[in-house]
Amino acid sequence: MNVNQSAPPVPPFGQPQPVYPGYHQSGYGGQPGSTAPPTSYGAYNGPVPGYQQTPPPGVSRAPPSSEAPPASTAQAPCGQAAYGQFGQGDVQNGPSSTVQMQRFPGSQPFGSVPLAPVVSQPAVLQPFGPPPTSAQVTAQLAGMQISGAVAPALPPVGLGYGPPTSLASASGSFPNSGLYGSYPQGQAPPLSQGQGHLGAQPPQRSAPPQASSFTSPASGGPRMPSMTGPLLPGQGFGGPSVSQPNHVSSPPPQALPPGSQMTGPPGPPPPMHSSQQPGYQLQQNGSFGPARGPQPNYGSPYPGASTFGSQPGPPQPLPPKRLDPDAIPSPIQVIEDDRNNRGSEPFVTGVRGQVPPLVTTNFLVKDQGNASPRYIRCTSYNIPCTSDMAKQAQVPLAAVIKPLARLPPEEASPYVVDHGESGPLRCNRCKAYMCPFMQFIEGGRRFQCCFCSCINDVPPQYFQHLDHTGKRVDAYDRPELSLGSYEFLATVDYCKNNKFPSPPAFIFMIDVSYNAIRSGLVRLLCEELKSLLDFLPREGGAEESAIRVGFVTYNKVLHFYNVKSSLAQPQMMVVSDVADMFVPLLDGFLVNVSESRAVITSLLDQIPEMFADTRETETVFAPVIQAGMEALKTLFQPQTGAYQTLAKECVAQGCCVDLFLFPNQYVDVATLSVVPQLTGGSVYKYACFQVENDQERFLSDLRRDVQKVVGFDAVMRVRTSTGIRAVDFFGAFYMSNTTDVELAGLDGDKTVTVEFKHDDRLNEESGALLQCALLYTSCAGQRRLRIHNLALNCCTQLADLYRNCETDTLINYMAKFAYRGVLNSPVKTVRDTLITQCAQILACYRKNCASPSSAGQLILPECMKLLPVYLNCVLKSDVLQPGAEVTTDDRAYVRQLVTSMDVAETNVFFYPRLLPLTKSPIESATEPPAVRASEERLSNGDIYLLENGLNLFLWVGASVQQGVVQSLFSVSSFSQITSGLSVLPVLDNPLSKKVRGLIDSLRAQRSRYMKLIVVKQEDKLEMLFKHFLVEDKSLSGGASYVDFLCHMHKEIRQLLS
Amino acid sequence: MATYLEFIQQNEERDGVRFSWNVWPSSRLEATRMVVPLACLLTPLKERPDLPPVQYEPVLCSRPTCKAILNPLCQVDYRAKLWACNFCFQRNQFPPAYTGISEVNQPAELMPQFSTIEYVIQRGAPSPLIFLYVVDTCLEEDDLQALKESLQMSLSLLPPDALVGLITFGRMVQVHELSCEGISKSYVFRGTKDLTAKQIQDMLGLTKPAMPMQQARPGQPQEHPFVSSRFLQPIHKIDMNLTDLLGELQRDPWPVTQGKRPLRSTGVALSIAVGLLEGTFPNTGARIMLFTGGPPTQGPGMVVGDELKVPIRSWHDIEKDNARFMKKATKHYEMLANRTATNGHCIDIYACALDQTGLLEMKCCANLTGGHMVMGDSFNTSLFKQTFQRIFTKDFNGDFRMAFGATLEVKTSRELKVAGAIGPCVSLNVKGPCVSENELGVGGTSQWKICGMDPTSTLGIYFEVVNQHNAPIPQGGRGAIQFVTQYQHSSTQRRIRVTTIARNWADAQSQLRHIEAAFDQEAAAVLMARLGVFRAESEEGPDVLRWLDRQLIRLCQKFGQYNKEDPTSFRLSDSFSLYPQFMFHLRRSPFLQVFNNSPDESSYYRHHFARQDLTQSLIMIQPILYSYSFHGPPEPVLLDSSSILADRILLMDTFFQIVIYLGETIAQWRKAGYQDMPEYENFKHLLQAPLDDAQEILQARFPMPRYINTEHGGSQARFLLSKVNPSQTHNNLYAWGQVRNCQVSRGGGQALFEKLVSKWISLALETEFTQVFCWGWGWGGNFEYCSWGGRGHWCGSPAVHSII
Repeated sequence: MNVNQSAPPVPPFGQPQPVYPGYHQSGYGGQPGSTAPPTSYGAYNGPVPGYQQTPPPGVSRAPPSSEAPPASTAQAPCGQAAYGQFGQGDVQNGPSSTVQMQRFPGSQPFGSVPLAPVVSQPAVLQPFGPPPTSAQVTAQLAGMQISGAVAPALPPVGLGYGPPTSLASASGSFPNSGLYGSYPQGQAPPLSQGQGHLGAQPPQRSAPPQASSFTSPASGGPRMPSMTGPLLPGQGFGGPSVSQPNHVSSPPPQALPPGSQMTGPPGPPPPMHSSQQPGYQLQQNGSFGPARGPQPNYGSPYPGASTFGSQPGPPQPLPPKRLDPDAIPSPIQVIEDDRNNRGSEPFVTGVRGQVPPLVTTNFLVKDQGNASPRYIRCTSYNIPCTSDMAKQAQVPLAAVIKPLARLPPEEASPYVVDHGESGPLRCNRCKAYMCPFMQFIEGGRRFQCCFCSCINDVPPQYFQHLDHTGKRVDAYDRPELSLGSYEFLATVDYCKNNKFPSPPAFIFMIDVSYNAIRSGLVRLLCEELKSLLDFLPREGGAEESAIRVGFVTYNKVLHFYNVKSSLAQPQMMVVSDVADMFVPLLDGFLVNVSESRAVITSLLDQIPEMFADTRETETVFAPVIQAGMEALKTLFQPQTGAYQTLAKECVAQGCCVDLFLFPNQYVDVATLSVVPQLTGGSVYKYACFQVENDQERFLSDLRRDVQKVVGFDAVMRVRTSTGIRAVDFFGAFYMSNTTDVELAGLDGDKTVTVEFKHDDRLNEESGALLQCALLYTSCAGQRRLRIHNLALNCCTQLADLYRNCETDTLINYMAKFAYRGVLNSPVKTVRDTLITQCAQILACYRKNCASPSSAGQLILPECMKLLPVYLNCVLKSDVLQPGAEVTTDDRAYVRQLVTSMDVAETNVFFYPRLLPLTKSPIESATEPPAVRASEERLSNGDIYLLENGLNLFLWVGASVQQGVVQSLFSVSSFSQITSGLSVLPVLDNPLSKKVRGLIDSLRAQRSRYMKLIVVKQEDKLEMLFKHFLVEDKSLSGGASYVDFLCHMHKEIRQLLS
Repeated sequence: MATYLEFIQQNEERDGVRFSWNVWPSSRLEATRMVVPLACLLTPLKERPDLPPVQYEPVLCSRPTCKAILNPLCQVDYRAKLWACNFCFQRNQFPPAYTGISEVNQPAELMPQFSTIEYVIQRGAPSPLIFLYVVDTCLEEDDLQALKESLQMSLSLLPPDALVGLITFGRMVQVHELSCEGISKSYVFRGTKDLTAKQIQDMLGLTKPAMPMQQARPGQPQEHPFVSSRFLQPIHKIDMNLTDLLGELQRDPWPVTQGKRPLRSTGVALSIAVGLLEGTFPNTGARIMLFTGGPPTQGPGMVVGDELKVPIRSWHDIEKDNARFMKKATKHYEMLANRTATNGHCIDIYACALDQTGLLEMKCCANLTGGHMVMGDSFNTSLFKQTFQRIFTKDFNGDFRMAFGATLEVKTSRELKVAGAIGPCVSLNVKGPCVSENELGVGGTSQWKICGMDPTSTLGIYFEVVNQHNAPIPQGGRGAIQFVTQYQHSSTQRRIRVTTIARNWADAQSQLRHIEAAFDQEAAAVLMARLGVFRAESEEGPDVLRWLDRQLIRLCQKFGQYNKEDPTSFRLSDSFSLYPQFMFHLRRSPFLQVFNNSPDESSYYRHHFARQDLTQSLIMIQPILYSYSFHGPPEPVLLDSSSILADRILLMDTFFQIVIYLGETIAQWRKAGYQDMPEYENFKHLLQAPLDDAQEILQARFPMPRYINTEHGGSQARFLLSKVNPSQTHNNLYAWGQVRNCQVSRGGGQALFEKLVSKWISLALETEFTQVFCWGWGWGGNFEYCSWGGRGHWCGSPAVHSII
């Protein structure tokens, strides 16, 4: 692990492996395989370097997860396929489906296979585990070096990565002549033979050797193919089908987290599956689909190994090539480490260029002059001094800014500073606001702007003497001189039309067309609004909210309501001229809730009644819908400029639009969401809304949306010190020029990502400064300026850059960049661009920062070791690689959501959290440690919770103990559990309480209510669930983590050569 | 003569008809030489308590081009059961129901006393009356309150099954749905956007088979008698709703900044009202009642901008072509009026404001549809309140005095053709054998549509004698005219009233005296005045006056007696004696003079002049002046300044105004309080007498006149002074500088006028009367120029002096 962090140099083998393994190590160490390593190594290296190895290790650990192995064999083919995809591009995605199909059959057979493999696994390990023992193994697997900086497994890597040619030769037999394909083939044949010959168990061992044998021949060629081949198979195939069966056979305990498994020797014999062979064949066919790792429990285990074991004969070649999933960098581990290392102490922002803890870590922030990472996170806290350097590194310089972020109760919200009538003190030239970095000179009579170096006079009323260090003596009394974030009260000059804003208002616009009425939505909403109106956001300790409310309903026409308090009954005003909209009334439309409560209540009572008999199915959006039905390709683009224009007007008027959609057909989210998007609003989408199932979700979202604190009519501007410049902005807002981000509304969840570029040389000494100023109207109608300052370091060494990066932020930026890109470019181009950029970043590191090592090694900077896995998740997301079942609306919706996500949200969105519920003792109060999002990690005797910020699944293994089923679902057996259940029964037992408590706490963490879906293993809904197991191959053709890592390695090697 | 006067009166009472000539010149040439055209004033629905309608349908002439209705003038062969049409001479079989007729068993329509008869059509379901209120909310609080009260009052006067609707407007236009429970619902339209009828109906949801629950199914009122739309509901159902709605009616809430007029979308509101009825109840009697408190200031039909500093157009602006919005607005309202007329609905305009409200532009809405036009200063005046209440008065049968969707058809015998009509009607463009090629008024048709009528609505109908000179009519021949008025009675029945009249032909050369004696100068004056006013709508004022003068001179020339070179010898026979006097007052009347009247006022006056019956029209032309004194009972006196005496009380009725004027002494006595002393009770009675008489007039008249009680030296005395003939001051007329400011003297004295006429006639007779003459002497011209405010300089005109 250490290695990883150190980024560069560790020698391939030892170091990397250790590092990597770090996590696994324990497991490895325990494993007997250590002896084997050497041999295995050789062998592996030859054929499929890193990857091959990995599988074995996996296996070794896997023992318990025996299931994995079998799968692996089967998967092998798949793996190839996956590679193929990469090599060929997206094209291959197509085939994937077929692969899957095949996978299944394969898997089942495997399941049947005895545990034998387990034994074999150890063996495998040994071979691999050269000196470094387990560590090495992993490293090899990783060939690609998943591990941080160090690229451990030199030899294997080399081989593995080796040029495809070798593969080709080897692969002859395989259909997949493609680079990747060849590898697997090459390996496969040998392996298979070997394995085939060997008994189930023996085969495993034999496999490695075979692999090695392969390697030798293949050595010339890169291990690319091999790697992929094996990996995929191992993980993908074995995973699903095999694993489960295996599990079944194996005792539940096996399901333990990887770590534990590791430690344990090959516990349970993984069931070997002869069936794996078929899997192989499949591969040959060219179809590899299997994305899932076989061993759920074992996560890491060397599927390959197990496979080997299981596989009797021919198919086996692959296994050896696999990378051990446990050997490649694990997000779970990284998160866990960061939590342990940095979660305990507060993060003090006083020091320039400090990398904050990960978003997944709970930590407190002490503002000592720089904005809290809750407000601003950067891709790198060390900015290259020159643009050349920046270009070389290709690391995007971006900041993810969440100006109104909510703070934990322990942290104080920004102080409000009132500079009186003259307004906030600013630099005369660049208009930057007073901040801790401003330099006071001439005894305090003047100050030099830290952004533009302009020297300004200090106004008399602001004058203060300096102490001996040159600081103002009142520096610590003034938030704007000592804190990173604070607020100024704005003067009338900062208000639209030079008039102080009137209190903001919420207008509820309710669809009352037939569908909405029939679904019960209208009644539900009206009921809810009655109570919800008491909870409008209010400022500070205000007794009641200053926000006024208005109501509109619509179907084909719009109905406005006059709810003036003096009226005996509400008045409805229908506007039919939808082509030329106007507000038909002035007085009584927007009212204070408490004053007009009686009328409002009467209105809300009547709305559902009034339209109860409506036959009106048409809504005002209808024309847009029809216009959009054609040309799917362009559908993703907003269809009409009308909404754009409308949105701009909204922004100009300070009107923020939130959209709640309840479509049961295509509604063209892309078009409709333009308005919320540009006005800083939110889109909520509830497909096929049914009151019974979705009401909680909708109401919860509505409550949160209505109650959240919002800034209105906001303008944001990011100023930087000389040398860099904000050039691009991502998020939900509108820009009428190149610098001002206009937001009709901005809530605590909305994030703006800003990209910077050099326009001059930076100075290491002075660093770089960012100042984000947000002018907004508070809930109470007060005009304010919120200022966030952040100082960054500048570096002349690339190593510094790589050492101070934040992958989560990077992913946030890249995802937003790519998601915007799909509007204008083909998805494939966008994907390729992403991959290329990632490869360049890593290649640059390898070239400039890592110590010399074999080209076959994949060396990742410690800070970016998760980049490939995360990037792969981005690439596989619905927007960039939509599956057949993903509608255009869904894509648009997701795209729209991601645009304003913060780092924590993108992190979990792209790499969902998978929490085993039954593994840790019920009594433990803490959240169970997450496991990697791979089918391999699922054990059919357990229950898992998966969440990504939008979705929440409860996966129930087929062999879950009856007692558990009973205590959670109140039914007596697995088969009686209703698939798709969305509410857990409220039961008075520890497990039920704990699970429901966990679900509640997860929901509380997210800005949107996550509807629970209970998924049973082997149920049709499981497909949906598997979509979120992002380390596996996806149904839509997305590569598995391992495959992608191999591919990335190949790309890097190409760049380096 | 007495006989003719009786004849005329009898005819008027029985048939509601007054002809300018009661003996007709028998050839086209002679007829044209009579100067005053052969014409009549027809009051189609004249109240006839003694005439119960017959409950069957009329018998029509079978000739398709004729279809005249069986009448007392037809020759009947009782034996053959045949009748001959007296218009086309077609012989027709009586229908089976008439088999029993004989000389002694005649149906009513064959009896001479039933020259006017009314049939009730039993076919078809009765249609409910429809009242659509279109209410301006840009009013002062007081005004709005008063208006709301008036409206609520009117609801109580409507028959329970009448359909009512409510549209309010200000900056926006709101169409209120009346059948809602628990919530008041309205459709809102932008006041600036012109919408087509189709759009309006779409937006109101009238084009669809509407919601089942609301039983709103527009159209086909015949099939579903009480069908209604959501916006028009039977009053008995929504009485409470509507009362509440009116009660909650607020002033237009949109802020009006200083220096601005409120934005008032009258044009769109009216357009929506028209569109609403058009879509729901075409060809059913309906009354759109527009209440407005100011000029339309936005959208189609706007009359003036919202900047207060820019005043609303005046005659001066119009003359200078400075009225920016006038043409466009007029076009808008004309379009609406024509559509309304096509659908058989009528539009009332109740405009109450101190300034003009755009009646000039909107007048066609009332004029073409037979609607009422009421102009007042405020809704909070008895003038408006009582006028409005009077709309809902009932006749001896308890029916509203209103009729809807009437068509008037005129049939003539072949020597005559109909040249046109002037009144609250539109042409139906029905060509036929009896349509003249020359048009007088609205011509080119033999049928007119009159969407709204009351028992006093009167049309002027003009004819042309087409018989050629060389085709003499046999002695004793009679020309006949039949007026057929089909209408929807306020009891919702369809009815047909038929009036058939006949007059003798006379040869103008041999029997001029007969013709002369049968001249009805009152009817002639009104008919000529209508022609003049009709022309004035489209022609320059001076041209009209000149035309009138010329007609007068020609008439005098034709029928006057005079000794050569002796102007004083000029005489007119009794049947013509009053005519010049009428013309004199007509020339000074607000119908032809726009000086000192706003365009709105002119429109208002002309509107009423074109629809009132003969008596009222004459009052309008020549106001009536009564004098009250201790010397005897009240007596009519000359409308002359000489009638203003210190010990008299004067009561003047100009139709639009009732003025009570106390002479100087009387005023002093009253001030001294003699009326309160028992010994001077006779004075009290004297003071009371004109008040009582005025009340009597006030009670009967529609619209309610402005009631002015003033005395010598009172500021309001000007109303009297402006009307009387300035005989006492006419010597001053020629003083420099006085003329322009003294409206009293406008037009010169009647004596002067008559003197001029006689002089003029004599001159004309001596020389050849030519247009050159008229121009050269130019009093018609110059004299008038003066009254055109600023253009004239007649005082300096040598021509005038030379005449005098």
